[in-house]
Amino acid sequence: MKKYDNLVKNAAGRLVPTVVNGQQVTPFKGIGKHRPTGRKYAPPISTILDYPTDGNKEVTSLEEALRLCGLRDGMTISTHHHLRDGDLIANQIFEIAESSMVKDLVWLPSASFPCHDGIIHYLNNGTINRIEGSMNGPLGRFTSAGKMKGCAVLRSHGGRVQAIQDGEVHIDIAILAAPTADSFGNGNALYGPSACGVLGYSLADYMYADKVIVVTDNLTAFPCMPMQIEGNYVDFVVKVDKIGLPEKIVSGTTRITKSPDRLLIAEMTAQFCLEAGLLKDGCSFQAGAGGTSLAVEDYFHKILLENKWKARFCFGGSTEYLVRMLEDGSVDYILDAQAFDLEAVRSIRDNQNHCDTSVFHAYNFHSKGNYAGMTDIVILGATEIDVNFNGNVVTHSDGQLLHGIGGWQNCLHSKCTIIPVPLFRDRIPVIVDEVTTLCGPGSLIDIIVTERGIAINPLRTDLIEKMKNSKLPIVDIQSLKDEAERICGKPSKPHFTKEVVGIVKWVDGTVIDSLWKVED
Amino acid sequence: MGKIITCGNQGERICSDCQVILELTDNNGIDIQLNSKVKSLYGESIIALTKDIFHYFGIPNARITINDSGALPYFISARIEAAIKQLIESNKEYLPDFHIDNSLSLSTLRDRHRISRLYLPGNSPGLMINAGLHHPDGIILDLEDAVAPEKKHEARFVVRNALRAVSFYGAERMVRINQIPAGLADLDFIIPHRVNLILIPKCETIEQIKQVNERISIISMKYNITQKIWLMPIIESAKGVMNAYDIARSANNIVALAIGLEDFTADLGISRTKEGTESFAARSRMVLACKAAGIQAIDSVFSDIEDLESLRQTALQSKALGFVGMGCIHPRQIKTIHDAFAPGKEEIEKAKKIVLAFEDAQSKGLSVVALGTKMVDPPVVKRAHHTLDLAIEMDRLNQNWREQL
Repeated sequence: MKKYDNLVKNAAGRLVPTVVNGQQVTPFKGIGKHRPTGRKYAPPISTILDYPTDGNKEVTSLEEALRLCGLRDGMTISTHHHLRDGDLIANQIFEIAESSMVKDLVWLPSASFPCHDGIIHYLNNGTINRIEGSMNGPLGRFTSAGKMKGCAVLRSHGGRVQAIQDGEVHIDIAILAAPTADSFGNGNALYGPSACGVLGYSLADYMYADKVIVVTDNLTAFPCMPMQIEGNYVDFVVKVDKIGLPEKIVSGTTRITKSPDRLLIAEMTAQFCLEAGLLKDGCSFQAGAGGTSLAVEDYFHKILLENKWKARFCFGGSTEYLVRMLEDGSVDYILDAQAFDLEAVRSIRDNQNHCDTSVFHAYNFHSKGNYAGMTDIVILGATEIDVNFNGNVVTHSDGQLLHGIGGWQNCLHSKCTIIPVPLFRDRIPVIVDEVTTLCGPGSLIDIIVTERGIAINPLRTDLIEKMKNSKLPIVDIQSLKDEAERICGKPSKPHFTKEVVGIVKWVDGTVIDSLWKVED
Repeated sequence: MGKIITCGNQGERICSDCQVILELTDNNGIDIQLNSKVKSLYGESIIALTKDIFHYFGIPNARITINDSGALPYFISARIEAAIKQLIESNKEYLPDFHIDNSLSLSTLRDRHRISRLYLPGNSPGLMINAGLHHPDGIILDLEDAVAPEKKHEARFVVRNALRAVSFYGAERMVRINQIPAGLADLDFIIPHRVNLILIPKCETIEQIKQVNERISIISMKYNITQKIWLMPIIESAKGVMNAYDIARSANNIVALAIGLEDFTADLGISRTKEGTESFAARSRMVLACKAAGIQAIDSVFSDIEDLESLRQTALQSKALGFVGMGCIHPRQIKTIHDAFAPGKEEIEKAKKIVLAFEDAQSKGLSVVALGTKMVDPPVVKRAHHTLDLAIEMDRLNQNWREQL
C-alpha cells in the first residue's frame, strides 16, 4: 500500500496527493464545490439474538472485550477526547494490541493530548500504522520527522463525523470511556470520579462503528440516566479501576490570561464587536477556552451587563466564566460540546438551559444545517495568518506539526470569524506572506485583531463601512505583516523535503493541504 | 583557558531574551554555538549578526554560546557587546539604528501630562517591546532597584539599545539611573540616545542635581545634543522631604518631583499602609514644594497589582492631595490611574460653565466674571480651561463640546 501518490495542485494552489494510504482522495475544489452523493454509511445489521436477554453485557476486562470484538491487523480503533489530558484508556488499548501481536492499526481519536505521547512507542514498533485525527506536541514532531509508517490524516471535529458518515472512514471498534455507565451500555459523563460533563464527540463513533466497547470506572445499576451514550448501540461493557485522572480532565487551568498584551488584544476584540454592531441584544457567540478567548468572553460579559443585553446562546467549550453568564442571565442557553471545569460539569448536570450538543448539530457537513453558521461571532486562534487572510492552526512557521484542527475549520462558517492573535510570538511573526499549512481559506476569515492593529477582510465591505469612524486602529493586513517583519526581521522559509507525511482535510472531506517532512 | 563571561537571562520562563557565554581564544576564529527556539527561522541572521559584532570590535578569535529565547536583534547585540566589554577595552559602540518614531522625537514639553509612568526592569528586554501599546504617559527603563547589582553593567546596554530601537508609541522616554554618584556613569549610556527625562533616585541635596546636570552638559557637548533633557528627582527620605523645595527649584530642567514611599517609610523605620496616613505629612509637604516651585508633584507606586480597587482609592486620594500623577509597576494599573486622575463628569460640567461665563463676560466687555451670584477669579478660569484641555486630551470630552451644547 502506497503511503501517498499522484500529487496534483488543488483549487487553493496547494500540492496534494490524490491517493493516500492506498485510498483515492479528492483534492480541495473550492468552498462549497464538493458534494458527495449516495447513501450514508451504515454499520452491519445486528440482532438482539446475539446479545444477552438480561441486558448484561459486562465482560471481565478490556483485553477480553477487544478479543471478543475480533481485534486484528489493520483495524481502525476510535476513541473520544472528553477525558483530555487525563485519559488512561487509549494507551491501554495499544498495549493490549501489542501484547496480542496485532499490527498496523489505525488510531482515530477525536483529539490527542500530551498524555498520549506514549503512543509513539506503538507507532515505532508497528502496532499502529498511522493516526487519523490530531497529533499534538511530540506526536506532531514525530509525524513531521517522517517517522509515521502510514500517512497522517488531520480532520476537524466536523470533518471526522463527515468522514464517518460518508464511509470514508470505517470504524472497526469504538472504545468509549464513560464516567458512569450501566451493564447494558448506557453511559453519561455527569457523575462519577471522572465526570467530564458531555460525551458529544463519541456519538458518531457508537452509531457507526462495527463494534462498541464502553469502559467505565463507575458502574451503576440499570438504568444509567440520562444516557449520553445509548446502550442499544453497545456490544460490551468493561469495568476498570480508573478511566482518567480527574485533576487532568477538569484541571481548572482554563483561566483568563493575565498577560497585559493579551488582555489588550481581548479588549480591542470586544470593542470591535460592540462598535461593529455584532455584539448586541439577542446575539450569539462562540469563544474557546484559551486564555485570550476567555478574556474576550469576560469583556463581552461586561458589555452585556452594562447595556442590560442578553445573548441568546453561547457555544461551549464551557467554563466557570460561561456558567456565570448563564446564571446571571447574560445568556439564555449554553450549547455545549466540552466542559472544561467542575463548575461547567455541575451546570450541565443541573441547569436545563446548559445543553449537551453534539458535532452533528454544530459542525457536520452531512447534517441538514449547522449551528456554526447560525452563530454571530466566533473567536478563534491561529499559528499563522497570511496577507490573504488564510489561516494555519496545525503547524508552526518552522514547519513542525504541533496542533490539531479541533472545531476551528467548522467555526469559520459563522457569520463573523474573528482571530485575536499577537502580531508576533517570541520573534516569530504570526502575520506572514503565505501560511506554512493552509487550514482555512481566507474568504471565511473576517477580522484579525492584533495589539498593533485590526485588519478587516476586504470582502467585508459592510464591516469596513461600519468601522470607518472608529478610534480603533483599523489597518491594512499588509501593513501588519510589514510591521511584524520590521520588528522581528524577515524569517527564513522552513526546510521541507519533498516527502508528504500527512494531509489536512477540509470540512467536506477534500484535501486542502499536505504536511511535508521537515529536514533535521 | 581565558576568562568566561556570561550575560543575559535564560530559563523556562524567560521569553524574548538571550544569554551569551563568551570566551576569547587564541585561534580558530569565531566559534558560535547557537541554541535558539527560532533557529530555523532566524538562525542564519543571528550568526551573521554575531560575526559582524566581533568584526566591528576587531576580535578575530572567540568562543561564544548563545542561548536564545526569541530575542530581537538589538537585544542580542546588547548582550554580546556587554560580554565583550567585560573582556576588552573599547570606546566603540555597536549601536542599532534609531526606530523611526525615535529618530523623529524631539524634546517633550515641560508641562506635558505625566499621570502614569510605567516602570520596566532595565534588564528585561521582553517587557519593553509592547509596553508603549498600553499608553502610559511615560515609560521608565529602570537601571536602579529593578536590576540586581551583578546585572547593572549589562542592563545599560539593553536600555541604550531600547532607547534607540524600540518604539514606545508616544510615551515619554524616561530612565531611572542609579543613585548618585554611581548613577552618573549611567548617563553616558542614555544621554546620546534621545532620552526625554532622567529620574534621580534617593535625591536629598541640590548638589546631586548639579552633578547630574554637569555630566549631562559634558555628554551633550561631546555628542552635539541640543535636545532638552528633563529631570524628575525622587524624594525617598526624611532629608529629601525637608529639602524638597530647594531641590525643586535648583535647576530649570526639573519638571517634577516624585515621592518614593517604600524607601521613605523604611527611612522612618515604619511600615507602609494602604491608607498612607504615615506619609501624609511628607506627601503634603512635597506637593507644596512643587506647587511653590511651579513643577509637577508625582506620587509613589502602588505595589499590589491585583488590588485595582485599592489602587483607585489611593489614586483618588493622591489627586485630592494635589498630585498630578502616579507610578505604575504593571500595565494593568495604567487605566485605573488614568480614570482616577482624569477630570470627573461633575468637574467637567462645572469647568464648562465657568469657561462659558468667562467668554460671555468677555464678549460683553465686562471685566468681572460671574457664575450665578458667585464671582469667578481669573485663576479659577485658568484652572477650568486646564480641566477641559485635560478632559479633551484624555478622551473624556469632545473637542467640539461647544457645538454640542
